[in-house]
Amino acid sequence: MKYLSILTLAPLVGALVVAFVPRNKPQLAKQLALLVSLVVLGVAVAAWFAFDSGDTAQRLQLQESYTWIPAWGAKFSFGIDGIALVMLALTAVLTPLVILASWHDAERSKRSVPAYFALLLALEGTMIGTFAVSDVLLFYLFFEVMLVPMYFIIGSFGSDVPAKQRQYAAVKFFLYSLVGGLFMLAAVIGMWVLGGHTFDWQTLTNAEFSTIAQRWLFLGFFIAFAIKAPFFPFHTWLPDAGGAAPAGAAALLVGVMDKIGTFGILRYCLPLFPEASRWFAPWAIALSLVGIIYAALLAVGQNDLKRLVSYTSIAHFGFIGIGIFAFTFQAGSGAVLYMVNHGLATGLLFLVVGMFVARRGSTLVTDFGGAGKLMPLLAGIFFIAGMASLALPGLAPFVSEFLVLLGVFTVNKTVAVIATVGIILAAAYVLWMIQRTTQGNLNPALADVAPMKKDLNLREGIIVAPLIVLLIVLGFYPKPVLDVINPAVQATLSDVVTPERADPAPATSTVEAGK
Amino acid sequence: MGETVLKLPALDYAALAPMLILFFAACLGVLVEAFAPRGWRNPIQLVWSLLALVAALVAVVLRVPDVTAENAQTAVAAVSIDQAGLFLQGAILVLGIVSMLLFGERTLENGGPFVAQAAITVGSEPDRRQAAREPGATEVYPLVLFAVGGMMLFVTANDLLVMFVALEVFSLPLYLLCALARRKRLLSQEAALKYFLLGAYASAFFLFGVALVYGYAGAVDFRTIHTAIGAGTGNIVLLLIGLAMLAIGLLFKAAAAPFHVWTPDVYQGAPTPVTAFMAACTKVAAFGGLARVLYVGFDRTAWDYTPVLGVIAVLTMLLGAILAVTQTDLKRLLAYSSIANAGYLLVGVLGGGREGLSSMMFYLVAYGFLVIAAFAMLTLVRDADGEATHLSRWAGLGKRSPLFAGIFTFLLLAFAGIPLTSGFTAKFAVFGAAMGGNQTWLVLFGVLSSIILAFPYLRVVVMMWLSEPGETTPSVSIPGALTSAALMIGVLVTLVLGVWPSPVIELANSASDFIR
Repeated sequence: MKYLSILTLAPLVGALVVAFVPRNKPQLAKQLALLVSLVVLGVAVAAWFAFDSGDTAQRLQLQESYTWIPAWGAKFSFGIDGIALVMLALTAVLTPLVILASWHDAERSKRSVPAYFALLLALEGTMIGTFAVSDVLLFYLFFEVMLVPMYFIIGSFGSDVPAKQRQYAAVKFFLYSLVGGLFMLAAVIGMWVLGGHTFDWQTLTNAEFSTIAQRWLFLGFFIAFAIKAPFFPFHTWLPDAGGAAPAGAAALLVGVMDKIGTFGILRYCLPLFPEASRWFAPWAIALSLVGIIYAALLAVGQNDLKRLVSYTSIAHFGFIGIGIFAFTFQAGSGAVLYMVNHGLATGLLFLVVGMFVARRGSTLVTDFGGAGKLMPLLAGIFFIAGMASLALPGLAPFVSEFLVLLGVFTVNKTVAVIATVGIILAAAYVLWMIQRTTQGNLNPALADVAPMKKDLNLREGIIVAPLIVLLIVLGFYPKPVLDVINPAVQATLSDVVTPERADPAPATSTVEAGK
Repeated sequence: MGETVLKLPALDYAALAPMLILFFAACLGVLVEAFAPRGWRNPIQLVWSLLALVAALVAVVLRVPDVTAENAQTAVAAVSIDQAGLFLQGAILVLGIVSMLLFGERTLENGGPFVAQAAITVGSEPDRRQAAREPGATEVYPLVLFAVGGMMLFVTANDLLVMFVALEVFSLPLYLLCALARRKRLLSQEAALKYFLLGAYASAFFLFGVALVYGYAGAVDFRTIHTAIGAGTGNIVLLLIGLAMLAIGLLFKAAAAPFHVWTPDVYQGAPTPVTAFMAACTKVAAFGGLARVLYVGFDRTAWDYTPVLGVIAVLTMLLGAILAVTQTDLKRLLAYSSIANAGYLLVGVLGGGREGLSSMMFYLVAYGFLVIAAFAMLTLVRDADGEATHLSRWAGLGKRSPLFAGIFTFLLLAFAGIPLTSGFTAKFAVFGAAMGGNQTWLVLFGVLSSIILAFPYLRVVVMMWLSEPGETTPSVSIPGALTSAALMIGVLVTLVLGVWPSPVIELANSASDFIR
């Protein structure tokens, strides 16, 4: 079965259909969008079981290939490794939940409802596309086109901030990403010229680039991915975009879209330019470390909930960054697992924050206070999301954070120690946020806000339940995900590291360590 | 001896047929002006011109399989109708047909976009009469045919003098066309005068360059020039100054910096159909001619001209992009973007070799359709004073006319080079060619200018979608059949060349061959 092309095309076709639903039938558009995203989820589950995670399996699986531009050697070719598979699954899981969570968002912004859900589906399709393709030009195509739906989602449908700020955030998001994308374009063209006029990923991994060429090409790709992820100092667009986007879209933005940056590093930078990756690794680790500390400090000082969560993400991306560039097996699979867990945890956090904000009509921490007294259930879920975000043992992010630190510690103790400071700061910003919003005395202003008295409703329960279940299950039993990730991480690292440096930690022992 | 036999040059009429058809049709068009009743002229001229263009296109297409290296040149090798020449001629014709549809539009505004006589002022009695029943200046059709014919000769000229004649043949009608706007008359006439004066200077430079090159090589045809440069016996100073002056003449038409200053004024002042025609077809002609001069005549001095033209390309890209950021009028914005695009084209040309040529030709086609569609969109946004092109007037158009704003957004994304549009594939082609020709620095500057240029495009998108409509937001007219057709073709080609560019790329690849 052609899983990958279906996974990529179904949401895009769905988006087209939903876009043409008449404006006066918003309900139909929503149901249609939800249906499409559920179908995608079903296909993704099928693809998960079709994927062979054995030791002897091919690196890229479920391959498909169709002619596209033969004159340039570009093909519509698909193929995923374990890393792409888990990211794809994450996208497929989050999108229906986000669509459910956004059920009333479009009405609040007084814009066309079908357009909003069409944009969400288009976003899903383009994001899945970036994970599913094995042709570099096609990857670039999805990488860039993805900006367009997100731009309109932020610019037109963000409803918690004034119009001017929304426009500013949307344009900033677009320009930042475009700058990165164009650097990548230059690198893609350079790679195409030097690599023998092909875009085939597998062929290019075998191409020999000179040291200097490798470094420049690496830089082109890395800047694009570092802006996308975002790493310090390319991060300033994220708090604006995350703060202005509707909460559901923000969950997708931080939960999945930003991971395309780290995914790109793993899929393109390391295997294609191994020598340059080693050369740049200290710099990348330094940027990640600064990001961990700096973004965490900024998060502590935030008064805007959505911006706060955005900053926490930047800090978390720092952990993923050191995990990737430590070049040890444990750190690598920890980083990939982190990408999944962070998608779940921060996705949940953003969605819950969205529920708070929708009730209160404000994103400011100081506008809440003691909300737990009014809505014990929602406050409890907020607490769980916060605990996941600070990597409490028993919840999924702990396993990945621990693996990353463990893997980094074996090669560089200083880095690991500095990164640990980030964990302490994470406790500070999460606990402080929860304390100031849900604990303590009831903020008298809240008593007059009628929606604040409505606790979790059924729709919201359906949204948060799968995420919480996944966070707990993966917290105790990450093996299914690790089994898929490990061969891919092993293959990626063996591209970069000479055999004697790669510590041959088998999959089972890392699971033990994770527990 | 004593008896001098003057031999007539052999003319290959099959090869020259496309141009002959056009010039004949244009002359007949002038007669129509003289004899047909006023009310009939517009339909007659429109149908006649479209027929002539289509016939010429058919003649070009029929010629393609017959061309060989031996029979490409005719008229004593003054004209070289080779594969690349045919591709460029075909591109000019196709773009000419699409822009001709815009010339024929009469439903957007009673009386059409062209004034009947230059002296008629807006709102005067004759102007009102034109609004009531008269078609305006139908001379525009033969003028366009002459211009297209001249452009086709220009891209196939194998000899500097023929090239100069062709340059004048297509420039003079353009000067006239620019002056014929019915609204904002003074702006239009000022634009025409500016274009004419500067164009005359540029022509003079070109002619002086021809003279100097003649001084160097003793001939004006490209083959002899090529041989003379190979022999290296002439005075190199004559050659370099001559080439520089030729380049000035050509770069002026191509709107490359620092010879670009006419572009914004002329694009803004000219009637919008004329602007679309110039932006699409003149670009093809100018770059076709430039490529032929550089690739066929002066390829052995490539070491000398590549760095200089590289600097000009960088200057053009950056200047066009930076000045586009400050524009508040959409026509001027598109003018500066067309300057920047001239820079990208130049990057492709400097890539050199077959790849450089084919990427440039592909870019010309992609850009031509895109820019015609964009200007066609501009003709639709109107208020009582005609087209409302000030950026601030477009605020909130997305809410009032989502379809219009959606299509225009798509075109702007294409200008910005976002994938799935022809703007991306075209940019990829020229940058790839330049990288392949070891001109990485040009690609880096190209990327840099693309980043800058994305901002003004994005500003228009923000204006349309994210701003609230104002009191004075103009209405979007329903386009007539002709404008709709032009728009549809432009948008479709932009999409198809973005998603499935293979056929055109392969066509351009197979045609990327000049015969010396």
